[in-house]
Amino acid sequence: MIFLTLFLEFFKIGLFSVGGGLATIPFLQDLAGKYDWFDINMLGRMIAIAESTPGPVGINMATYAGFQAGHVYGMLGGIAGGFAATMGIVVPAIITITLISKAYRKFKENPLVENAFYGIRPVVTGMIASSGLLLLQQGLLNGAVPEYTAFAQWIGELWALVDIKAVILFAAVLVCIRKFKLHPIIFIAASGVIGALLSM
Amino acid sequence: MLWKLFITFAKIGAFTFGGGYAMLSILQREIVEINHWATEDEMLDYYAIAQCTPGVIAVNTATFIGVKHRGVIGGIVATFGVVLPSIIIILIIAAFIKNFLEYEIVGHIFGGINAAVAALIVDAIISISKKSIVDKVCIALAVLSFIASVFFDVSPVIIVIGGAAVGLILKGRKRGAVK
Repeated sequence: MIFLTLFLEFFKIGLFSVGGGLATIPFLQDLAGKYDWFDINMLGRMIAIAESTPGPVGINMATYAGFQAGHVYGMLGGIAGGFAATMGIVVPAIITITLISKAYRKFKENPLVENAFYGIRPVVTGMIASSGLLLLQQGLLNGAVPEYTAFAQWIGELWALVDIKAVILFAAVLVCIRKFKLHPIIFIAASGVIGALLSM
Repeated sequence: MLWKLFITFAKIGAFTFGGGYAMLSILQREIVEINHWATEDEMLDYYAIAQCTPGVIAVNTATFIGVKHRGVIGGIVATFGVVLPSIIIILIIAAFIKNFLEYEIVGHIFGGINAAVAALIVDAIISISKKSIVDKVCIALAVLSFIASVFFDVSPVIIVIGGAAVGLILKGRKRGAVK
């Protein structure tokens, strides 16, 4: 029964992939070798699409992989597969978080827990800033940051990659959101339109 | 309230681009400012926990807030809300728009969106820093954690445990007197 297998395989991924959507990739590579649902080429494509559509990357990949696997039974099979895989990846999170949430509320006022979170909050801020760096690279450069060689040369290579249109849009959005506090969704939608109009 | 949870998280799911922390700015706005379902401090705690527990960060955060307000049912409803847009969009693309990535306009639209998402995360980082970084120790911790994850690829679980240990030791010496 392919749908049960899908559910269980993605349940395992949901249970063992710590640290967000991209942490699921090695597990998916495993699946590509184990079943004939999709091959490595298809997986590369699935990752690219999961990253360039709305929604959490891990969920997008689960839905896509499930569709691909169930598709041997036609369109309905694909849809059922997408649901089975997505439910599989989500159920372990619902169970663990429900348990942790109860514990968190019970111990939140405990001084030891408060002390721990005093140290945890700034390190989480640091981690968020590090993923911010990745998003800056994705948004403002045409390509990955070049390997560091000599300082002047590296700055030159970096400068050549800067997308001027994107930098202007970035600055405009940043100023507007700090100043006017509009809803972020408005900026995302408007920037999509601007991107299409200016061929960014 | 259940409906509100569902709709709010469906909105968050539909406008999450780039995964993980890219949706912070929308979460902040919807959860903290509009609906008052959590304070900014609590949100940071949720991210920390979501980062160290298995599963997708967006889903973990949704479950957390749902459970807090409506128990297990709330957790399930919020989670279903955050994944539903993904399921619909991906199924449509997988079934009908196989060459989605080859359309030039898709690239242009995402060129614009990625620039905006970069600005949104910078905005979110500024707001979060004001809340989470309250003294010099916090500055040092934030910088160290940034360096560890950018240059040394240290696992988030280890970074969070390290932060907790520093908090326990430093604050513990003052006999737990946080307030």
